[in-house]
Amino acid sequence: MHELGITQSIVEIALRTATGQAATIIHSVTLEVGALAGVVPDALLFCYEACSKETLLEGSRLIIEEIPARARCRDCATDYPLVDLLTCCPACGSAASDLLCGEDLRIKEMEID
Amino acid sequence: MCIDCGCAPTDHHHHHDAPHSHEEHTVQRRKTISIEEDILAKNNRLAAANRTLFADKGIFTLNLVSSPGSGKTSLLEMTLSALKNEISFAVLEGDQQTANDADRIAATGVPVHQINTGAGCHLDAHMVGHGLEHFNLDAVQMLMIENVGNLVCPAAFDLGEDFKVSLLSVTEGEDKPLKYPQMFRASEIMLINKIDLLPYVRFDIARCREYAERVHPGIKIFEVSCYSGEGLDEWYAWLGEQVSAKGLMVRSKG
Ligand SMILES: Nc1nc2c(ncn2[C@@H]2O[C@H](COP(=O)(O)OP(=O)(O)OP(=O)(O)O)[C@@H](O)[C@H]2O)c(=O)[nH]1
Ligand SMILES: [Zn+2]
Ligand SMILES: [Zn+2]
Ligand SMILES: [Zn+2]
Ligand SMILES: [Zn+2]
Repeated sequence: MHELGITQSIVEIALRTATGQAATIIHSVTLEVGALAGVVPDALLFCYEACSKETLLEGSRLIIEEIPARARCRDCATDYPLVDLLTCCPACGSAASDLLCGEDLRIKEMEID
Repeated sequence: MCIDCGCAPTDHHHHHDAPHSHEEHTVQRRKTISIEEDILAKNNRLAAANRTLFADKGIFTLNLVSSPGSGKTSLLEMTLSALKNEISFAVLEGDQQTANDADRIAATGVPVHQINTGAGCHLDAHMVGHGLEHFNLDAVQMLMIENVGNLVCPAAFDLGEDFKVSLLSVTEGEDKPLKYPQMFRASEIMLINKIDLLPYVRFDIARCREYAERVHPGIKIFEVSCYSGEGLDEWYAWLGEQVSAKGLMVRSKG
């Protein structure tokens, strides 16, 4: 359940940004979460409700945009989508690959007044 | 609520305490600000600071991760007892509660500091940074960090270590690398522990190696028993090489 610690970071960053912008209302916070980031979106939503209580974020919506994972084959250099870490190269069958994206864990934007 | 302006009721928690006319409503004032900030950035920054410190001092650092009970503390006890006269160690022990593991390490005579994470299910770089304050780092060649027993969360947190080392014991089933690929992907080294129990359990070592190789091509694997000592010499030899290589890097820096 490291989603709790991660959510605390989200709340920290969002509140800091809101203060910087002199926001009076926060409508939503949007995250970009890679398919292989190792966090469970439902757990984030659950923690968010708890962590945002009694802050300017209370009642705001956490929007999670999932980013699909892609890898490049080390043997034949094909780029391909990864369903999970066990997906092999569709061109040559090799399992050796480098991750191109899909581990992202980022706050993308906020909607404020 | 404000169905006509298109904002969902949940968006509105603080909104309607003060009366307002619809002209000045959010349609005009509401704005989207781009942030693009990495949520783990703070941990990664602190991990980078730890890594720099280890590089400056020439300290080779391992982060031991596994499910609870696969033998991290036992591996440390064996390793420290065997090598403490050749290598000067320090140990950081992460546990949710109790100092049991730290007491076991202290019994070997090696400096140890306990970090209780409480409800936390992993160590983070900040905890490790403060844990380091308890050692004279100039006298340390190798730091061992025993992470909290948990195959999921520690994978996401860089502590500044040279390598993560996953332990997997033969009582856990050979498919662990497939079930927890994140952890085995993050680990450069895997130890298969408790091989003394192989006659009594159904565990296919060849298949386990194959699974690990699938999630982490090139992963280095040791087969050991912390009970009989089998296989540990190879592990010790590898540690010795790594420690001297890291020490040399500092000396050549002058
Ligand atoms: N048979 C056998 N038992 C072992 C071996 N290594 C460890 N054990 C036993 O496994 C149990 C757990 O070992 P620990 O070293 O405490 O495991 P740990 O990973 O430190 O556990 P946590 O800190 O709770 O996550 C103990 O009863 C050990 O004696 C081994 O190689 N063979
Ligand atoms: Zn966790
Ligand atoms: Zn290929
Ligand atoms: Zn332990
Ligand atoms: Zn601090």
